[in-house]
Amino acid sequence: MKQPVITVSAIRKVYGKTVAVDEVSFDVGDGEIFGLIGPNGAGKSTTMECVEGIRTPDRGSITVLGLDPRRDVYALQERIGVQLQQAQLQKRIKVWEAMHLWASLYRRSLTAGDKLLEQLGLAEKRDAWFMTLSGGQKQRLFIALALINDPEIVFLDELTTGLDPQARRTIWELVRGIRERGKTVFLTTHLMEEAERLCDRVAVIERGRVIDIDTPQRLVDRHCPERSVTLGTRDAHAGDRLARIGIVERHDDRFTIRGVGDGFVTDVIQCISENRITVTEFRTELPNLEDVFLKLTGHSIRD
Amino acid sequence: MLRGLWHLTWLEIKIFLREPLGAFGTIVVPVLAFILLGKVTGGGRGVRGVPPPDLSGLLSDGGVPTLVSLLITISAVLSLVTIISIYREGGILKRLRATPLRPWTILSAHVIVKLLLTALTMTAMVLAGRRYFSIGPSVPVVSFAIALLVATLSILSIGFIIASVVPTARFAQPVGAFVFYPMIALSGLFFPIAALPPVMRVAARVLPLSHSTSLMLGIWRGEGWWAHMGNVAALAAVFVVCVAISARVFRWE
Repeated sequence: MKQPVITVSAIRKVYGKTVAVDEVSFDVGDGEIFGLIGPNGAGKSTTMECVEGIRTPDRGSITVLGLDPRRDVYALQERIGVQLQQAQLQKRIKVWEAMHLWASLYRRSLTAGDKLLEQLGLAEKRDAWFMTLSGGQKQRLFIALALINDPEIVFLDELTTGLDPQARRTIWELVRGIRERGKTVFLTTHLMEEAERLCDRVAVIERGRVIDIDTPQRLVDRHCPERSVTLGTRDAHAGDRLARIGIVERHDDRFTIRGVGDGFVTDVIQCISENRITVTEFRTELPNLEDVFLKLTGHSIRD
Repeated sequence: MLRGLWHLTWLEIKIFLREPLGAFGTIVVPVLAFILLGKVTGGGRGVRGVPPPDLSGLLSDGGVPTLVSLLITISAVLSLVTIISIYREGGILKRLRATPLRPWTILSAHVIVKLLLTALTMTAMVLAGRRYFSIGPSVPVVSFAIALLVATLSILSIGFIIASVVPTARFAQPVGAFVFYPMIALSGLFFPIAALPPVMRVAARVLPLSHSTSLMLGIWRGEGWWAHMGNVAALAAVFVVCVAISARVFRWE
């Protein structure tokens, strides 16, 4: 990891009797896309808003770009871009008016607001009222507003929630584009696919606690090394032969073999070829972040 | 951050005028109602031979202008309370607060919008109603406007407490109306405060509308500011206390 631009140490935030964030610590490196992943209500937004300086943690310390988000909130807000979950704009504000207003609020702002709109595919919506935009267009406008001060860090909270898959993919492309401009992206999501496709590193958070932090791939390797191969064959001896490699389950002519480690799939292929087993179907299943989450928390993220 | 303040104020005016019934409801309707009232009462010239009701007393003692001004002010404050609750519910306040805008700038912009629109409505009413209800040269219009502004700020400060505590935008209007309209009954405009039962009398003295009324009536009748310094001080005290309370209890989300 490069030089950290965000350092969060042991922050805690309590609302009444509910502990929203409990001893959360992590670093975000310069130029990476870092994700907080976890179900709704896990403490993702609260954590992020503490880092943005909108909320104050009860305990712990946070440093962002060398600043204290509590003491230097205005200096910090000049240098970051923020998209908030579920925040709206005035119903009848026009797209260009929002861009113009936002540009006027920062000491440093991109003069090319129109170019930004164009890059985000909003050029023809320039004069449209906010209330007439689709969900995807609203989120793209929020990205544009978050970028207007040419920020060093961009915060995106549940950016694609409620969007259809097509709009979601468009947004993912845009987020990758933000990183390519050399900016750091800190996002939250409860979509494991989103985290897997976008994030360089993720922190798994559940009930206000960080359970593990790493790249999506290493998290999968560490917590879910299991692999499985499903194949179809009419070979009567196939089951016995395959049982030497891993655990075999049989459903009629279909066998599922489970094993552990990188070499497992190769072993299965070798076994098939050495024993000249005729295979009508061959499918490998690799675990993903969804499985990691299930393993770490004992329940699915969708519960 | 003055630049942000003017920018936001101007934008909020434009947005308000785009609301269906926005400009129509707050500016055109009161002015039309005023003209209509003038036509019906014949504006001092009588209708079809019926002699006009004598309205000169209503105007000269300042009761009607004070009541009308307070009603317009209260409806403006209610609309401000509603807008702030809608903005909070929609996360707009929170979104603006995540920019370098200072919190007071965001709220000030809305107050300025309401003050400007109210001033515009009042001016339009006075000009449009000139034919029927001539104010007369003896009335100190500028002083009365300043007295109204002082009264407005104290009413506004109570509005901010309401805006701070109403749970959702749906409650803003009714809660505000429930707080403000009964105050008018205790303002001294309808019953002399001295004639009220003791408990109500204390309530009337504490609430800002009795002082607003006393101040505005006095100024309209040509009394000096010095005679009403007690009212001004009471309204200022209400303002300071209510702003301090709302600064503590205001919720941005």
